[in-house]
Amino acid sequence: MSKKITIEPVTRVEGHGKVTIHMDNQGNIQQTRLHIVEFRGFERFVQGRPYWEAPVLVQRLCGICPVSHHLAAAKALDVIVGAGTGEGLTPTGEKMRRLMHYGQFFQSHALHFFHLSAPDFLFGFDGDPAIRNIIGIALTKPDLAVQGVMMRKFGQEIIRATAGKKIHGTGAIPGGINKNLSIEERDEFLKGADPLNADKMISWAQDALDFFKSYYVANKDFIDNFAYFPSNHLSLVRKDGALDLYHGVLRAVDTDGNRILNDIDYQEYNNYIEEEVRSWSYMKFPYLKSIGKDNGWYRVGPLARLNTVDFIPTPLAQKEFEIYKAMTNGKPNNHCLHTHYARLIETLHAAEMIRELLNDPDLLGNDLVTKGTKQKEGVGLIEAPRGTLFHHYRINDNDQIEMANLIVSTTNNNEPMNRSVNHVAKAVMTGKEVITEGMMNSVEVAIRAYDPCLSCATHALGKMPLEVSLFDEDNNLIDRKRS
Amino acid sequence: MSNLIKFKIDGVECMTERGKFIVEAALENGIFIPTLCNMPGVKPKGSCRICTVKINGRLMTSCTTPVADGMEIESNSAEINELRKSIVELLFVSGNHFCPACEKSGNCELQALGYYYQMMVPRYPYEFPLREVDASSPHIIKDQNRCILCKRCIKTIKDEEGKSFFAFHDRGHRLEVVLDKEMGSQMSEALAEEAMKNCPVGSILKKEKGFNQAIGSRKFDKKAIGSDVKL
Repeated sequence: MSKKITIEPVTRVEGHGKVTIHMDNQGNIQQTRLHIVEFRGFERFVQGRPYWEAPVLVQRLCGICPVSHHLAAAKALDVIVGAGTGEGLTPTGEKMRRLMHYGQFFQSHALHFFHLSAPDFLFGFDGDPAIRNIIGIALTKPDLAVQGVMMRKFGQEIIRATAGKKIHGTGAIPGGINKNLSIEERDEFLKGADPLNADKMISWAQDALDFFKSYYVANKDFIDNFAYFPSNHLSLVRKDGALDLYHGVLRAVDTDGNRILNDIDYQEYNNYIEEEVRSWSYMKFPYLKSIGKDNGWYRVGPLARLNTVDFIPTPLAQKEFEIYKAMTNGKPNNHCLHTHYARLIETLHAAEMIRELLNDPDLLGNDLVTKGTKQKEGVGLIEAPRGTLFHHYRINDNDQIEMANLIVSTTNNNEPMNRSVNHVAKAVMTGKEVITEGMMNSVEVAIRAYDPCLSCATHALGKMPLEVSLFDEDNNLIDRKRS
Repeated sequence: MSNLIKFKIDGVECMTERGKFIVEAALENGIFIPTLCNMPGVKPKGSCRICTVKINGRLMTSCTTPVADGMEIESNSAEINELRKSIVELLFVSGNHFCPACEKSGNCELQALGYYYQMMVPRYPYEFPLREVDASSPHIIKDQNRCILCKRCIKTIKDEEGKSFFAFHDRGHRLEVVLDKEMGSQMSEALAEEAMKNCPVGSILKKEKGFNQAIGSRKFDKKAIGSDVKL
């Protein structure tokens, strides 16, 4: 008999989603879908608000990486207030924002690895769900749990010092920043008591990476083959090809490493990227226009970034990057679970960048804001921990937002996540009479690799139908309403 | 006859000049009575009711009631504080006060009173009224979502001839404070700044000021409202 398997809710991800898997009588997988079942509507209710509210308002999309939305919106508004596209800010303005962003990267990546993903590696994909979580880590490996918590705390403190609050601050304003860093704050981060100082964080980031590498060596075949499939990859890169999580040009490569988007100015992203709406999800499906819907989809996030960039501009992370790239002979890496590897290299890079920035006297400056000739429209792109994040605003003559378009990292990963679910479901469930919890968790592991933020990813109004279906007690459809 | 009179607030002996309103006499004696519509130097109207006190068993607004010799006033009691908290809650639910994205947050007197009275969740249902944002003036935005109809702007923001830039419009639950379009188009940046400062909430915003004041440096970030009132 055919069966439908539902995994709901998908756990240890941000937001709410569910997976449905349809199997036929022979146990073959017929259809898999990752459904995003919550609706947010930020693109609509930001309309009519004064433009300078956007960085503070839209960051409420998320409590994990609100800084990404805060900064992407601020970058779009930099264009609107005539401060240029990422390079026109004062040194203090730009570097304070960068410090905020790298602090966020550090805490978000630490949260993902230690709290959300490490339980799968430590206890096994089919481990007892009662302990396959952060509490289980705290009970069995307290040192590792403390490390995860303290790394997150350090990143959060950096955010507090730059944005004013650990979550949902107000630091970035159109054209700059509203505060500099005090000498006391700087010294605390550089020379604070163990473990809350930059040197220790670099050391711990290296330890976390080494932990994963040793796991990889012991489980190489499994990790390499888990949800492997070729794809395109997209991210911002610095103009010289370096990894830059705050600003750059937009680059995409195909599965062989050929450039399919060649370092374009992201103000023109609309000419290159389109979004498809599918009726069964609140999350859209972006793709590269030049390639089309079927094959133009791409991955974003740590795996994609390390596939698009030429090098990492900090020494320890660059050394790890070279080892990582050698595994695929310099070609793009399409191994789903290598996303964790890439994420930990980025964590190390973020820690190095934090130390480098803290040693920069520009952070202590008083020239905070730049303004120029006002524009009506602006686009802000940033590399959020989960991938490339697009914010696009247009204002009217009265300084009110009249259009907002947000393409969130997780939205960019919609098609790859669905494909990963399909790959894993086929690999672990085909022909099986009994579907175990471990099998279902394997599907979640594939989703978790992308560190999706499902709550961030659903905000368009009026394009995707909200459907309510009414069934009678015999499960016959008797009415259906669509918005 | 001496111009000084004696009175009591919550049993505390106080002294003030004859003719003073309770709220200012209390302030002189180091006692905080919350206000939203009242402003020093402006004729009081008692419209917000947050300064309500009890005198001889009757509830009175302390911004409009002059102190009398020997008057005994109940202010910081459980009953009065509960009443004031209810007023704060009603103000919150009757508008659209979303502090997380409001640039007045940290400088907002309504928000500060919410904290002062430890308001967690309003006990009354939110009305979520459909209200407009008037951004047509070059220097100012009037956000009706946050207006508490205190009249401070009407009473204090005037042109050289004494004509107010703001006025009441409509009646009953449709009542709103509006900015005169023609006068608004000529309002100076300095006056726009003053209007924003006088507004106890985030209903009047000077354009492009935004969130330029960092968290930690705002008026109520470090000191609760009323904590600077002392002898």
